[in-house]
Amino acid sequence: MDALAEKETLVTLRGAGVSRGHRRLVHGVDLTLRRGEIVTLIGPNGSGKSTTAKMVTGVYKPTEGSVTRRAGITIGYVPQKLSIDWTMPLNVERLMTLTGRHSAGEIDAALEAVGATRLRKAAVQELSGGEFQRVLFARAMIRKPDLLVLDEPVQGVDFSGEVALYELVRTIRDTTQSGILMISHDLHVVMAETDIVICLNGHMCCTGTPSAVKRSPEYLKLFGERAAQTLAIYEHHHDHEHHDDGCVVGAGEHHHEHEGHRHG
Amino acid sequence: MFGDFFSRALIAGIGLALVTGPLGCFVVWRRMAYFGDTMAHSALLGVALSIILSLNMTLGVFAVAAFVAGALIILQRQATLSTDALLGILSHSTLAVGLVLVGFITTVRIDLMGFLFGDILAVSTQDIAIIYGGGAAILAILILGWRPLLASTVSPELAEAEGLRPEVSRLVLMILMASVIAIAMKLVGVLLITSLLIIPAATARRLSATPEQMALVAALLGVVAVVGGLFGSKTWDTASGPSIVVMALIVFGVSLAVPVGRLFGRRPIHGA
Repeated sequence: MDALAEKETLVTLRGAGVSRGHRRLVHGVDLTLRRGEIVTLIGPNGSGKSTTAKMVTGVYKPTEGSVTRRAGITIGYVPQKLSIDWTMPLNVERLMTLTGRHSAGEIDAALEAVGATRLRKAAVQELSGGEFQRVLFARAMIRKPDLLVLDEPVQGVDFSGEVALYELVRTIRDTTQSGILMISHDLHVVMAETDIVICLNGHMCCTGTPSAVKRSPEYLKLFGERAAQTLAIYEHHHDHEHHDDGCVVGAGEHHHEHEGHRHG
Repeated sequence: MFGDFFSRALIAGIGLALVTGPLGCFVVWRRMAYFGDTMAHSALLGVALSIILSLNMTLGVFAVAAFVAGALIILQRQATLSTDALLGILSHSTLAVGLVLVGFITTVRIDLMGFLFGDILAVSTQDIAIIYGGGAAILAILILGWRPLLASTVSPELAEAEGLRPEVSRLVLMILMASVIAIAMKLVGVLLITSLLIIPAATARRLSATPEQMALVAALLGVVAVVGGLFGSKTWDTASGPSIVVMALIVFGVSLAVPVGRLFGRRPIHGA
């Protein structure tokens, strides 16, 4: 992490925000994505996480502030959920080339990297939640993305699957040196490798390393003491332990506690 | 050219089926069946307006179908009524307005049954030229835009994040549907057009492991329906358009006997 300043910058947001009509979806976001770094966005529902991610990928143009994207970068996207109807005949192999052309060798390599080689001919409708997530990771990775955007990558995956997926994110970061933007709705596990956590609630309410954010008063205000206690930081060398605080309060419970709260 | 009326009907029908098969796959994948029906119903309004304004009928039908698609997009943005209800309103009101307008036209005698159920045995050489010219253009657009069209169908969100334009894909598919309806109306009529889009594609699903296979198989099954239906209608002296649809239905019924699991991928081994 010493060479932080020298790492190639991929995307920079400066005071960026998006408004729709009179409604500000999110505003005042400052964030820098660099090659080989992981940035995690956390915040309650409707806090602007997806909007921020869409500014990063260029789907939304900022209505205030600025977004600077390095020219010609390739983006790989792992969606939050992807339900593919039975009417669409799609096997894993074909899914891999959905948005771009790739050779059989590249498909093999990408599936092997996520440990899904045996699923190559399987229909996507037959995969379990964890298998499907792995395949979606492989699909994003095969593009050799400069920037990988993971939208709630562990949703619907059990705890051991979750640990394995975070392990995978770390491997992807180390082997491809891509920049990674992760969106997280469940706050209970944030990777230790995350370089920066950005806590959103319509605006940027706090930012910093995972342990700094965990202690920050804004974070405690936003999510409450109870939720804060459950922000576990997942360290990869402890990957066979099951954190006793790994279970969170029900997803809805910690969201509305601070409605109308003003800070920052 | 093209000898008797029966060979002309065969040639025209085959040309149409080759286009409706692949395009129909998108209709099935995107759940646009009712949408297709709505556009088709509006075709009669297109016919009436073309006669009143003395325009080319194919262009008139295309314009009205495209207009209905645009109206739907605008109404959807208002987000007041469900798409389902909006389609119901557009579908039946355009059909009714079309029928009422036809009643006002006294200068030309209009074969209403011909427009509702088609008259494939009456196709001219010029009609065939329109079907093959228009069909080739539609297929060319589908082939050239295949990857973005398909990616946008599987997941608009993913396509958008990776730099594609799902809104453009949606628009392109709507325009292609309006074109196919304009081309097909004379052959199978406004009430039966959607069946040529949906039935071959739905049948092909059980026989395909990839989207590309499904598009090809749907085209071939459409041809089978056209050829079988036309020969059937010749043999038993039944209405040609409906006979084609019945033939498509028979093929669909037969396909249900094919076990699905064996044809693509592994079978589910575990419960979940």
